[in-house]
Amino acid sequence: MDLESVPQEGNATLGGHRKAMYAKDANGRMVIAPSAGWEAEEIVTSHAVEALQAQAEQARERVKAGMASPLEFWMYERRMDVALLSQTSGFWQWRVKRHLRPEGFAKLSLKQLERYADALGVAPADLQRLP
Amino acid sequence: MSFQHQHAAHCESGVISNLLRHHGVPMSESLAFGLSAGLAFAYLPFVKINGLPLIAYRSLPRSIIKGLIGPLAARFRFETFRSPQAGQQRLDALLASGQIVGLQTSVYWLPYFPPDMRFHFNAHNLLVYGKEGDDYLISDPVFEEPVRCASADLSRARFAKGALAPKGLLYYPQSIARKSVTPEAVRAAIRKNCNRMLPPVPIAGVRGMRLLAGKVEKLPAADPQSAAFIGHIVRMQEEIGTGGAGFRFIYAAFLQEAAQLAQLPTLADFSERLTTIGDGWRSLALKAARMVKGREPVDPAAIANQLREQAAREEAFFRELKTAV
Repeated sequence: MDLESVPQEGNATLGGHRKAMYAKDANGRMVIAPSAGWEAEEIVTSHAVEALQAQAEQARERVKAGMASPLEFWMYERRMDVALLSQTSGFWQWRVKRHLRPEGFAKLSLKQLERYADALGVAPADLQRLP
Repeated sequence: MSFQHQHAAHCESGVISNLLRHHGVPMSESLAFGLSAGLAFAYLPFVKINGLPLIAYRSLPRSIIKGLIGPLAARFRFETFRSPQAGQQRLDALLASGQIVGLQTSVYWLPYFPPDMRFHFNAHNLLVYGKEGDDYLISDPVFEEPVRCASADLSRARFAKGALAPKGLLYYPQSIARKSVTPEAVRAAIRKNCNRMLPPVPIAGVRGMRLLAGKVEKLPAADPQSAAFIGHIVRMQEEIGTGGAGFRFIYAAFLQEAAQLAQLPTLADFSERLTTIGDGWRSLALKAARMVKGREPVDPAAIANQLREQAAREEAFFRELKTAV
């Protein structure tokens, strides 16, 4: 890649930051050049972010319909899944799955709620409702 | 000497080169990357990230730092902690003694990252060079300027759990016996990297690319998951700070430096060739992104073919590079 081909078209997912790229200057030397962003990257990053956001929104609807506990919403809102929430909270996956249902969630003790709240970076009171 | 932050493409090679320069070793990011034989390709279908397989264009986390210990005859101290309190106390004590400290952290819990970049990736690296009030002064090499982070946030990022959990890891050099790079070290690193790209196992190097091509070829074109899979390849190649083309451009920069350091002018031609191969990776990424966006139909076979072409070019490249050193 030549220095003038370093993409500067912008990438909303970079939030205004520039990233370092390596490219060939006029003398054929590879140098570091800041890039304001490449559309190809913006497309695939937004695609991944939107998939995560869609999961959180679907969970929100399930919570409203009484089919899921707020824990499911917060799990996806924090870009986690059952496997990761299990690792970060220390609950077995089958228990996490149980707590994603309203009846399982209702049985959580305050201490257990705090474990989830800590893993997700949410206050225990907020964990019990949708934002 | 006050600390000099320098913008880099990749977190680990950026951190270690900034840290070594602070200790008087003339070390560029690309030299750190090449000297530790950082280039790789691995397709690990059994390691899942949000349901998608791990595809890596570089060696394992921490291998860049560890790969430089030999060539520089250096000693590094690595410390992990059981509790965030102990981790923070130790960091504060080291900073108070004037040490610049490397940390492994999660990306997700660092508030200075743009929201769309905050994924649960636990092998990020950064340098802490001071503390003002409750804020740590941070040189995060993938950012253009130094940043700040409140102590509670940094602590959470250092003690994030899950895959590759950092456990508060911090590191700093205790001694560096050799402050220049020998021609032998450069040649050994290149040989090692050639072997890494031409391995006897099917999941790594050029064979890993072919395995991935086989998997991509079988994706059903109509399934939305297929677009997600193709997009995932591009993200692993470009988004996560690779300097472009999955580290191929950084390695091309290293080969230019190596041509001088090892007195092997032919390496400059190899650098040129690898840059062209890197352009091939960029064109694959562009095509894949167009499919994800729906500007052209999702065509898994076309992506698979391009992957196989890249594998063939890299196989020839690394075989010849190996005989040249």
